[in-house]
Amino acid sequence: MNPMEEMRREEEKLLRTDRLPHVWCPGCGIGITLNAFLRAFIRSKMDPNKLVVVSGIGCTGRAAGYVNVDSFHTTHGRGIPFAVGIKFARPDLNVVVFSGDGDLFAIGGNHFVNAARRNHDLLIIAVNNFTYGMTGGQHGPTTPTGAYTTTTPYGNPDRPFNIPHLAISLGAPYVARWTTYHVNQLQNSIYHALHKKGFRVIEVISQCPTVYGRRNDMKTPLEMMHYFQKNSVRKDDASFEELELKYNGKIVVGVFRDIQGIPTYEERYEDIIRRARK
Amino acid sequence: MRMILTGNESAAWGARLSRPKVIAAYPITPQTSIIETIAAFIANGEMDARYIRVESEHSAMAACIAAQNTGVRTYTATSAHGLALMHEVLMWASGARLPIVMSVVNRAMAPPWSVWTDQLDTMAERDSGWIQVYTQNNQEVLDSIIMSYKIAEKHNILMPTMVIEDAFILSHTSEGVDVPDQKDVDDFLGEYNPAFKLDPDEPAGFGSLIMPEGPYMEFRYKMALAMEEARKEIKKVVEEYNEKFNRNYSPFIEEYRTEDADAVMVVLGTIGSTAKDVVDRMREKGKKVGVARVRYFRPFPMDEMRALAKKTDMIGVVDRSYSFGPGADLYAETKSVLYGHANIPVKNYVMGLGGRDITPQILEKVFNDMLTIAKEGVVDREVEWVGLQGDERWS
Repeated sequence: MNPMEEMRREEEKLLRTDRLPHVWCPGCGIGITLNAFLRAFIRSKMDPNKLVVVSGIGCTGRAAGYVNVDSFHTTHGRGIPFAVGIKFARPDLNVVVFSGDGDLFAIGGNHFVNAARRNHDLLIIAVNNFTYGMTGGQHGPTTPTGAYTTTTPYGNPDRPFNIPHLAISLGAPYVARWTTYHVNQLQNSIYHALHKKGFRVIEVISQCPTVYGRRNDMKTPLEMMHYFQKNSVRKDDASFEELELKYNGKIVVGVFRDIQGIPTYEERYEDIIRRARK
Repeated sequence: MRMILTGNESAAWGARLSRPKVIAAYPITPQTSIIETIAAFIANGEMDARYIRVESEHSAMAACIAAQNTGVRTYTATSAHGLALMHEVLMWASGARLPIVMSVVNRAMAPPWSVWTDQLDTMAERDSGWIQVYTQNNQEVLDSIIMSYKIAEKHNILMPTMVIEDAFILSHTSEGVDVPDQKDVDDFLGEYNPAFKLDPDEPAGFGSLIMPEGPYMEFRYKMALAMEEARKEIKKVVEEYNEKFNRNYSPFIEEYRTEDADAVMVVLGTIGSTAKDVVDRMREKGKKVGVARVRYFRPFPMDEMRALAKKTDMIGVVDRSYSFGPGADLYAETKSVLYGHANIPVKNYVMGLGGRDITPQILEKVFNDMLTIAKEGVVDREVEWVGLQGDERWS
């Protein structure tokens, strides 16, 4: 069997194939991201029985329903608090939150901020497609200023979140950003993050040609990929300004923070119990 | 002007014609196309209002509350989990006596995940102090929003209002709708005249802490009185609207062929139109059945329900949600108001949860079951779930 075929078989074991075909549009980037995650997980040789995938709502939220491991599809914005509950009750489990921008940063934004601050031992894969896709393309918390959406037909007045900077400012020990064009880098990044501890954040800039691209001069998935390809620059020590995503501007990718040794919330909690028992 | 509109576009038009000045909203299926349509109206300069897409429904309602407090009309729309997330501030809006009008597109609560129609979301807010009006077609969606502002804003009422439509059956389905002229709506509604507002020249504190001997209980009592008073105002406003815009709404309960009915089905929302069709067919076969479609669930139409019970031998109540008490909400309240007033059998039929289709065939079976009960005078079981998978009785 050739290696590609072997990988496909390994991946299929981690998918609920009876739930396919999936709901994602042709050309969507969420499948690429899920694929990168599964490949990284297979490469890690970690136990699938110890993996829990938690999603919130929306297009990316569907991922939890397609993975053949214990998974939660939770309510709007609540992926992180569900994950916190799982990790707190069962610290031995490997808990991954796989969710979208609207879910993680708007309706669930407070959870992101507080879970990062506490340094819960969670891997957050945040798919950022600049829009609320499932509800049909409204502007969201990461929509670039000036972008056209169904709710901003003459351009978005909001300022988007600078996700890597937000995560760094809260002390997250691992912070990276890639696009769906950077499949190998993304996969490597997830692989490395899986072996680390603490609140790890990987932002994945992803294409939504169906409801975002077509309103912003990128009707096809290919045009969006070309945009990612042409405009992405790797810079691991990028400044706040460089990390900002401007409308049709540069996308700075890379691993912006990678430090170990910061105790996780779970470790600090155990430590207090140990000391109190002495 | 006659237009082809979906239920959600009708809601957007109802809001546009009512001239709210602030719209704060958050997308959620199946409501989203309401706030999208309004965003386009505002962006195109067709509607003079300010619009913000906040970060959650909780924030949407909070922003509407504060904006309304400054003395302007506000509007928002939501569904299911969005409404549940608003729960805390829904209580605030009614307690602060702010006549906010909001569209709610009925959708099932998870888990399992469902976006289809189901009335648990609004039934769970029955005690939030909001007036609730359930609609049957797109015309009624539009008209009810305009009427709701007028009723809610009366200084003897000052209660916020939910205008409720079924997911997809109305929200995403197009039909002909008569869109009133702006000038006629302006004449009907008038300028918003707030009973109180944030005014830097006369500073006031909103929402302060009070002690148990303070007027908390009196505030609640006044809300109860206002909800009672709303019965009178609803009747007046609906009659005025009918007259001015050539409509034919019954204020509280739309009765259909109930005059000589042996059994009457009590329903909410779009089930009403299916049931009326079934009634016509059954009448042709000589079966005397009727429908009573409840429009206002808050305030609950007590007198009208008691009058209805005097006309018939049996009432079957259809609920598209379930409450874990003596039965679902419409049933429990119907039975409660009939106690001591009418001694007829009342049965609860729970069906259509999570958007399961309520077909004419199923309703005909339910009517036949009701006629049997009417004839025998005995209810076989008080609550029955209709159309469960594998249940031969209703398939």
